[in-house]
Amino acid sequence: MEDQILTLVTFFPLLGVLLLLLVPKDRHDSIRAVSLIVAFVTMLLSFLLWGMYDPMGSGMQFEVDVPWISSFGIHYHLGIDGISLLLIVLTTILQVLAILASWKSITTGVKGYFISMLMLQTGMIGVFCALDLFMFYVFWEVMLIPMYFLIGVWGGPRRVYAAIKFVLFTMFGSLLMLVAILYLMFEFQRYSGTFSLDIMQLMQMPITHEVQMYLFGAFALAFAIKVPLWPFHTWLPDAHVQAPTAGSVILAGVLLKMGTYGFIRICLPVFPDASITFVPYICILSLIAIVYGALVAMVQKDVKSLVAFSSVSHMGFVMLGMFALNMQGLQGSVLQMINHGISTGALFLVVGMIYDRRHTRMIADFGGLAKSVPVFSAVFLIVTLSSIGLPFTNGFVGEFLVLLGSFNANAWYGIIAASGVILSACYMLWMFQRVVFGKITKPENENLKDLDWRERIILFPLIILIFWIGIYPSPLLDRVEPSLKAVMSHMAKARTVEYDEENQQLRKFVESDEEPVTITLSRESR
Amino acid sequence: MIDFTSASISFDMIYPEIALLVAAFVILLFATSRSLSKLAPLLGLIGLTVALITSIGQWGNQASGFFGMITCDNFGAAFKVVFVSISILAVLMAVRYFSVKHISRPELYALLLISTMGMMVMANTTDLIVMFLGLEIMSLPLYVMAGFARRSLESNEAGIKYFIMGAFASGFLLLGITFLFGATGTTDLRNVAADFSYIVGEFPLYVYTGVGLILIGFGFKIGAVPFHSWIPDVYQGAPTPITAFFSVGPKAAGFAVMLRIFLYGFAEMPELSTLFWILAVLTMTVGNVLALRQENVKRMLAYSSIAHAGYVMVALAVGGQESISAAMFYLIGYALFNTGAFAVITLMENRQGGKALVSELAGMARTSPYLSAVLALFMFSLAGFPPTVGFFGKFYLFSAAVKSGFIWLAVIGVMNSFISVYYYFRVIKAAYLDPAEKEFAPVTYAPTLVLVLVITAVGTVGLGFFPETVLDVSRLALFPFK
Repeated sequence: MEDQILTLVTFFPLLGVLLLLLVPKDRHDSIRAVSLIVAFVTMLLSFLLWGMYDPMGSGMQFEVDVPWISSFGIHYHLGIDGISLLLIVLTTILQVLAILASWKSITTGVKGYFISMLMLQTGMIGVFCALDLFMFYVFWEVMLIPMYFLIGVWGGPRRVYAAIKFVLFTMFGSLLMLVAILYLMFEFQRYSGTFSLDIMQLMQMPITHEVQMYLFGAFALAFAIKVPLWPFHTWLPDAHVQAPTAGSVILAGVLLKMGTYGFIRICLPVFPDASITFVPYICILSLIAIVYGALVAMVQKDVKSLVAFSSVSHMGFVMLGMFALNMQGLQGSVLQMINHGISTGALFLVVGMIYDRRHTRMIADFGGLAKSVPVFSAVFLIVTLSSIGLPFTNGFVGEFLVLLGSFNANAWYGIIAASGVILSACYMLWMFQRVVFGKITKPENENLKDLDWRERIILFPLIILIFWIGIYPSPLLDRVEPSLKAVMSHMAKARTVEYDEENQQLRKFVESDEEPVTITLSRESR
Repeated sequence: MIDFTSASISFDMIYPEIALLVAAFVILLFATSRSLSKLAPLLGLIGLTVALITSIGQWGNQASGFFGMITCDNFGAAFKVVFVSISILAVLMAVRYFSVKHISRPELYALLLISTMGMMVMANTTDLIVMFLGLEIMSLPLYVMAGFARRSLESNEAGIKYFIMGAFASGFLLLGITFLFGATGTTDLRNVAADFSYIVGEFPLYVYTGVGLILIGFGFKIGAVPFHSWIPDVYQGAPTPITAFFSVGPKAAGFAVMLRIFLYGFAEMPELSTLFWILAVLTMTVGNVLALRQENVKRMLAYSSIAHAGYVMVALAVGGQESISAAMFYLIGYALFNTGAFAVITLMENRQGGKALVSELAGMARTSPYLSAVLALFMFSLAGFPPTVGFFGKFYLFSAAVKSGFIWLAVIGVMNSFISVYYYFRVIKAAYLDPAEKEFAPVTYAPTLVLVLVITAVGTVGLGFFPETVLDVSRLALFPFK
């Protein structure tokens, strides 16, 4: 079981695809039921994974390592640490909710839709547990195909444009990443004499600073497009707005995390020197993303595109925390990945529910929903507050840690990022006020049905998670900390940095005449 | 080591060729009788199967005979297997198509077999004159086959255009061989390679002119830019199963010969690498950019075949054993998924009035979900998506480039496959996303075509997941280096 569980979690949805192929295509309810059961079992398996995971361990767990294409040293190598564990559990939970959410709203091409959803899930989980770069790349690309169909076939009016834009943007980055992967493969061969694309082995290889810069650039571009970091974000509003509700939930909840996960799993440990050189650039881009995303979100007329732009802003926080390169920042960053998945996922679900009723998402079309649909409004309020980061909700813990980390790295980063928090309160609350409060101006809004049992079941677990992480985040942080420590202490092995045990941060050395001068990335030691 | 002057006339070196020739003549004999001529495809398949088995039997056998005119090696054997397999797929595709279009004549299969035999001759020698003979044996039936739909204006145009262009290219090639002969006094590449530095030192003008002309000649055959202009019209006009054959068979043969000439005979000519660098970039870029706005799927695939020729030319620019294997692997993969794509088009064209326009695909996913899934699979493979063989082929090819330090070539290559994503996705978009104005007329599944689809689809996915076996073969399928 120990050995097989990762394979099982990853490919169980694919097994579901085979099952679905057997179901006749006009038996919609059976198709839905089968996919729900498959997703549910996958979720239970991932809970099992959580239970079996040893929180103290800092290395990879549940590793499977079987040769695959041996002439290139490509292995079927899976393994997870705390970071991947959290993301896998998030993926499986959101998948169940997404399938429930598309129960009624998807009425055409039902079979194809659920096949795409399940294939997508295998791709996503695969990315989070692949430890071989070839496998990572395969999963990374494979997941594009079902997402293309999800947006393109079941999306909104501009779905065709949004779908191809999504594919082209992602492809552009990932193809350059492919060249970088090839280069790494031969670099490793020159270094050790054998082929390998194993991330764990590549980490141990010294690479000259200059080469690291190029390789980091190629990988970072692929990941930055996925995150998306400003200015590579332009595909995101289109894809989010046009995708069906479940597609948006998965896209925002999980797909964006693949970018940040790539940074933390590949860029930081394999190219530590380059990562440190790139710190200011990435931080500045993240800050721009935070402020720009927030400002653009403020002027949106469509609730869904408002949420989409808020994603740009929130993912900026994730990147900023990560590249603060200290424990608080990294922890906040990982936690914020999860939080963003929960809050934004929930927001998209809520927006989808109101869209199902009114067939519009324009803020101006609503108003006074508090009176007609009180339960909906209450849930909406909780989700909105969690997205803003109110204390006792999950968003607060993550954002606080990120801000702490970035203050430690550079006070200015912290100050600008904090302004992003305020801006997020502005646009979210303003939107909430216009949609939920006030008088009912449109007669259509008077007799709306409140949430039914299915919708309550979908939102309930998310609300539990929002408060649980907000009040007691340690189960998550405990599992992440050893893994992050491992990443940082590994980076410290690189030439230009050392790990400061006391302050749990990385110090940077600039080599000049043998005697290293310490430039710390922290405020205290300056 | 190969015996250079071996005069042994050992026919086992040319068993596959003999098998095909005999089968072709039997078909022609049978063609005189109306009832017997129905057996033509079957006979063709029998001949091809015998050729396939004998070709496989030549693996590992390294010999030279017929006064050095024929040389057997793994490289040749592997390519023979590829040619025969492509030909088998073409026969399977042709049966139904030609009878539906009322142009079925038994000669077609004889021509196909003779053409395949020409390819084998090309791959099986180190002598330039024999290569030329092989090329002509391959090309003449192709000209006829391109114009086989006699009542179709486009098919006639294709035949004439292909003939004029092909004959012109052959002239260049022959002139190039003449120049080389003038400089070296031999047409055998082994002698050229052995004394290369001396020859270049003595007769640089002859050698460079000769190599340039040979390059132009083969450039036409594989459709390298700037010698590509005939490809779209010929591919579009020719009957679809024949186009499928064109786009992979002669191309593979052309590359087999080019690899042998330029990476063996003229391996010590450094200028060639730069030249192929430029030609590869030009070929893939022009092919991809022009494919972007094609409305006809066949025409789009024609431009895409130019682009794919560009990818394979990366191997010629890079050189070395690794890239020869990579080129071979890529050609095998390309033969699979490109033939598959054409098989889908053939199925569509078997319907009444089908023209293979992109817009005709609308609504396909709803009425024929499996066929459109297979079509999408081939498009993903053409675009180089994992886990298909199209991806692994590119992985292998560009890894050879990166290994030898041609990083920019690899970057340009992947950027080109980025461009190609757009037009391959247009086909998928038409099949899945576009609203159908009129119902997608159901296709009738001919068993032979279904067989082709199954073989190519399984191959495309199977080799994508488990490339190891073919990879090992392609690594051993080399000509002896000095």
